[in-house]
Amino acid sequence: MKVTEKDVAYVADLSNLELSARERERMVQDLNSILGHIDALEKLDTSAVQPMAQVSDRYGVDQSKQGNERFAYASREDVLEGLRKSLPHQEALANAPDSDSTFFRVPKVIER
Amino acid sequence: MDLNLLTIDAARGAVQNGEITATALAESFYAKIDRDDPKIGSYLTLAKERGLAKAAAVDAMASRGEPLPPLAGVPVGIKDVLVTRGVRTTAGSKILGDYIPPYDCTAVARLEAAGAVVLGKMNCDEFAMGSSNENSAWKPVHNPRDLSRVPGGSSGGSAAAVAADLAVATLGTDTGGSIRQPASFCGVVGLKPTYGRVSRYGLIAFASSLDHIGPLTKTVKDAAIVLRTIAGRDPMDATSADLPVPDYVAELEKPVRGLKIGLAKEYLGEGLDPEVRKAVEYAVQSLTKLGCEVVDISLPHTEYAIATYYIVATAEASSNLARFDGVRYGYRAENVRNLSDMYRRSRDLGFGAEVKRRIMLGTYALSAGYYDAYYLKAQKVRTLLTRDFEEAFKKVGVIVTPTSPTAAFKLGDKTDDPLAMYLADIYTVTANLAGIPGISIPCGETREKLPIGMQIFGKHFAETTILRLAHAYEQSAP
Repeated sequence: MKVTEKDVAYVADLSNLELSARERERMVQDLNSILGHIDALEKLDTSAVQPMAQVSDRYGVDQSKQGNERFAYASREDVLEGLRKSLPHQEALANAPDSDSTFFRVPKVIER
Repeated sequence: MDLNLLTIDAARGAVQNGEITATALAESFYAKIDRDDPKIGSYLTLAKERGLAKAAAVDAMASRGEPLPPLAGVPVGIKDVLVTRGVRTTAGSKILGDYIPPYDCTAVARLEAAGAVVLGKMNCDEFAMGSSNENSAWKPVHNPRDLSRVPGGSSGGSAAAVAADLAVATLGTDTGGSIRQPASFCGVVGLKPTYGRVSRYGLIAFASSLDHIGPLTKTVKDAAIVLRTIAGRDPMDATSADLPVPDYVAELEKPVRGLKIGLAKEYLGEGLDPEVRKAVEYAVQSLTKLGCEVVDISLPHTEYAIATYYIVATAEASSNLARFDGVRYGYRAENVRNLSDMYRRSRDLGFGAEVKRRIMLGTYALSAGYYDAYYLKAQKVRTLLTRDFEEAFKKVGVIVTPTSPTAAFKLGDKTDDPLAMYLADIYTVTANLAGIPGISIPCGETREKLPIGMQIFGKHFAETTILRLAHAYEQSAP
């Protein structure tokens, strides 16, 4: 067993999840089963391989350009409402579970 | 009007020549949805007000004798992870149960600008996480070909609706096979374009380096029409490529003679259902009759694809889904002690089991002490998987594989075993990791009359080639 109940409690905390006792038990089992499969990656020697975060810097760009130059088309002047108008205040708050019509309202943050 | 087998051109043509109004066409689809969808479950929300307003606008254009745009009056469905202004968008999750987006997804806006009528929002696995649609927080989708079976996932509603003639075409999303696998299970066409080909603005993000938007349709030509409509640079998505969009439809009829087709042994080995293998091999024979040449190739790192995918995808998901905190939108738990308690209880009650599992796996893979062993390792193997394709495409123009190792499985078959469910994506995740385009097209049936799908991969931005081959096969098939 790689992942223990303690690990699950720690990772749930990092993830802002609580999880019931039953969920935690099941999570230990599921994560170990999945990580058991994932451990196959250890067999590969990748010491000389570069990591790859995404593909859009390799394909569909002008290879003769370097670094940020490749994405010059995607940049613009840093101006107010550069691509579109901001949402009206009311619309931006419309989906909020709680607001005072100016701000999002949340439960108490600091106990005293 | 008979809605069965109605293609985009047929629907638009009928509206153009006055055979039917766009409004009557939309109404007849809504009537069919009312009648047939209760047993299938493909729609989560109907957008009648928006759909009928668009249909009326198309009818007004037609009555003025104006030339109609390419999708005029064509009834379409939109996967519920794509936001639609004023129309409830849940991503199949309780945490967005009453979310009304204030803006439109670019792909949806482009479809509507071309005249399409949005009928409603399609059922899917919660946040597009699943391969059977059983992770929808609202209801499962039943495969129209056999109601005891899954439609595939995560775009299960999008595939089932096209198969059951409840929409002419739909948009789905594909992070590890979520367009192609349900297309295969339901017997329709599903296209995942190249990474960067279609803007993801307005796609509720699952894994940003792997997410794609694409069409599910009845014919390859329809897929080409939808792709031509939604593709192209969008200033609202920095990852959308700055490349011209070819006329995919005009390119369809060009010859395929002499095209080299790669067959990779790694996609035809252990775990592949013999009936699926037979159907794909038979389809490859038909391709040779069209003048294509078959070349044996190897994609040696394929066995590591699922492991790599489930690290990269869950790591990105754990970050993307951090935004659901009960503050700006979505579900908020009641009777909470403080802010931290509110976050936790809202997420605990709002997310389903599979979403929590992936957030946990991704957070674990990114956490101190495990980052190098899991996330960094997976990023390196992703490079190896991508190189496999680069090497293969030096020898061949396309690669043909089965879309899924089996035909549609029964509802409930894999729900207790997440790893077994993940392994159902074995032939599709590689295209997402490498960013190459892939299409699934029907290539026969099992003895139980379940559809089988054949997948065609192409080089980056070579959608013209895979669409052309798929079209040639479709035209030649009995």
